[in-house]
Amino acid sequence: MKIVVLIKEVPDTYGERKLNIETGLADRGASEAVLDEIGERSVEVALSHADAHPGTEVVVLSMAPEGSAATIRKGLAMGAGSAVHVVDPGLVGADTGLTAEVLAAALRRVGFDLVIGGNVSTDGSGGVLPAMIAELLDVPSATSLNAVEITEDRVSGERASDAATMRVSATLPAVISVTERLPEGRFPNFKGIMAAKKKPFETVTLADLGIDPEAPEASRSIVIGVSEKPPREAGVKIVDEGDAGEQLAEFLAQNRLV
Amino acid sequence: MTDFAEDSVLVLVDVMPSGGLAKSAAGLLGAAASIGTPVALVVTEPGKSAGAAEQAAALGAARVLIADSADASVLTVPAVDALAAAAELVRPDAVLLSNSIEGRDAAGRFAARTRSGLAVDVVGVSRDDEGVVAHHSVYGGAYNVDSAVTFGAPVITVRQGAIDARAEAVAEPSVEQLSVTASGRQAATIESIDEAVVTSSRPELRGAGKVVSGGRGLGSKEQFELVERLADALGAAVGASRAAVDAGYVPQAHQVGQTGVSVSPQLYVALGISGAIQHRAGMQTAKAIVAINKDADAPIFDVADFGVVGDVFTVVPQLIAAIESKQK
Ligand SMILES: Cc1cc2nc3c(=O)[nH]c(=O)nc-3n(C[C@H](O)[C@H](O)[C@H](O)COP(=O)(O)OP(=O)(O)OC[C@H]3O[C@@H](n4cnc5c(N)ncnc54)[C@H](O)[C@@H]3O)c2cc1C
Ligand SMILES: Nc1ncnc2c1ncn2[C@@H]1O[C@H](COP(=O)(O)O)[C@@H](O)[C@H]1O
Repeated sequence: MKIVVLIKEVPDTYGERKLNIETGLADRGASEAVLDEIGERSVEVALSHADAHPGTEVVVLSMAPEGSAATIRKGLAMGAGSAVHVVDPGLVGADTGLTAEVLAAALRRVGFDLVIGGNVSTDGSGGVLPAMIAELLDVPSATSLNAVEITEDRVSGERASDAATMRVSATLPAVISVTERLPEGRFPNFKGIMAAKKKPFETVTLADLGIDPEAPEASRSIVIGVSEKPPREAGVKIVDEGDAGEQLAEFLAQNRLV
Repeated sequence: MTDFAEDSVLVLVDVMPSGGLAKSAAGLLGAAASIGTPVALVVTEPGKSAGAAEQAAALGAARVLIADSADASVLTVPAVDALAAAAELVRPDAVLLSNSIEGRDAAGRFAARTRSGLAVDVVGVSRDDEGVVAHHSVYGGAYNVDSAVTFGAPVITVRQGAIDARAEAVAEPSVEQLSVTASGRQAATIESIDEAVVTSSRPELRGAGKVVSGGRGLGSKEQFELVERLADALGAAVGASRAAVDAGYVPQAHQVGQTGVSVSPQLYVALGISGAIQHRAGMQTAKAIVAINKDADAPIFDVADFGVVGDVFTVVPQLIAAIESKQK
């Protein structure tokens, strides 16, 4: 079985994340870039299946700027067998529609039985790509899975829907997305990091995929304005000396919050 | 059936497994009415649509399109097929969906199928000379971003609870059956559904005016009850940090933050929460923030309007008593 995991490089949420006010693009210099945590969990789902089922091939796929190779390599260090990196100057500022078309084309090229993505990324919080990709590939999508079971020809699991929990299943090939209810990704060990250096790492351009980023028949979403909100300021801070609860109630009353 | 208003806004409302409309419908139709004439699309099992259509009209849909999804076990694709048929018929200026799990999936597939521009997790919509503009709040509310599409009707998912505007009820809506041609797209199968039963009378977290959240500092599932007691005294919804969810104190649906719910209430109370940046990303746009934490250096105090360095187990019971005596 061939499992392709969609991973994304994001600004580290532990740092201060900035947008460029002129371009509306993420300011990549402002914070450290990391492999999205949900991407690590997605890789973990694939690797734990591979651990139990020898012969499983795990590929990590990412569309990301040039400097992101090290982040993608982390997927290899964790244990994936190969990596595909789509990088092209035409992808700067790509919206979800273009991203989905690119990833779908890359998936067709790589081949897959199962595609695993995260339910939402921590930067865009889009949470739409897995469904979009499934639509373009005409395969089933089972999104937001809290638990995943993979067999030779099916994938199933518990899906956290809005007002309900459901059991869903799909025949392979299929696309799934997973939630942070799934286990954390394993840490790459020294052996993994060394091995990653020798694993296949393919770099693919838009021309290789036959994609025109400016295709006139596709409508794209564009940023037309950005503004920064002034950061919040700290207010009063008191140390409890036995009457903090009462003082707090007073604060709430003054602000008509009780 | 083709006489739809020039400025129609097509709204796919989420329908609960039991047949009623999801709470998000009110804000969606409110947003739609602010930029045009709302046309609601209801996709349900045959026989379950009547109540939903009436509810949609009461929330401001002048016209309601009903699409029967004969096989309720097929995930997402039937709603997308219905949406494609409705968009073809209505030729709307925008398509609005809830930024729920179901809404996002339908929006993603529909936008990919029709190559429409997609705007997700929007907190407001407006119009300018060139069309519909989507307003986003990103990086935990640190930035406001406006987006538009290069042409055609944008597909927009609206953050639940973010829109306060409500449309006027429509007394005599026109309700029409929509005929849908199945696309035959491959889909996942729903094997069973457990509808979450709402057991508490507390407000829902999304869109709540007041939220009381608890973190790891509550120490146990039993002690987390203190959060619920304060929430009840204030008439607030209950939220939590991811650490509290991971520890099993409360179900995941209560998680506030980066990967949980984003809230923007009048009052947010953080109890035993350190205020990690990922938690703040989901609550720092609240009007007033109150925090109780025994660590004076906890980062939550950087965003708190009123911070108490103290033990939640002594401060909160006193606070509840003081609130109750004020309310008498
Ligand atoms: C990609 C990613 C996404 C994330 N998404 C989210 C998210 O959506 N939401 C979220 O919340 N977190 C999220 N996190 C986790 C986040 O980084 C923190 O780990 C988490 O918010 C910590 O929760 P906490 O404040 O309850 O726990 P802790 O950080 O352990 O803080 C507990 C606090 O309780 C205080 N305390 C203890 N006992 C008492 C007492 N008796 N009285 C008063 N105070 C007391 C302590 O001083 C401490 O400050 C995410 C992390 C990552 C990497
Ligand atoms: N540029 C990208 N490259 C690879 N995978 C991506 C990319 N963007 C999004 N994804 C996948 O889609 C999931 C949801 O992302 P999003 O729709 O951006 O919230 C992510 O967790 C990834 O699995």
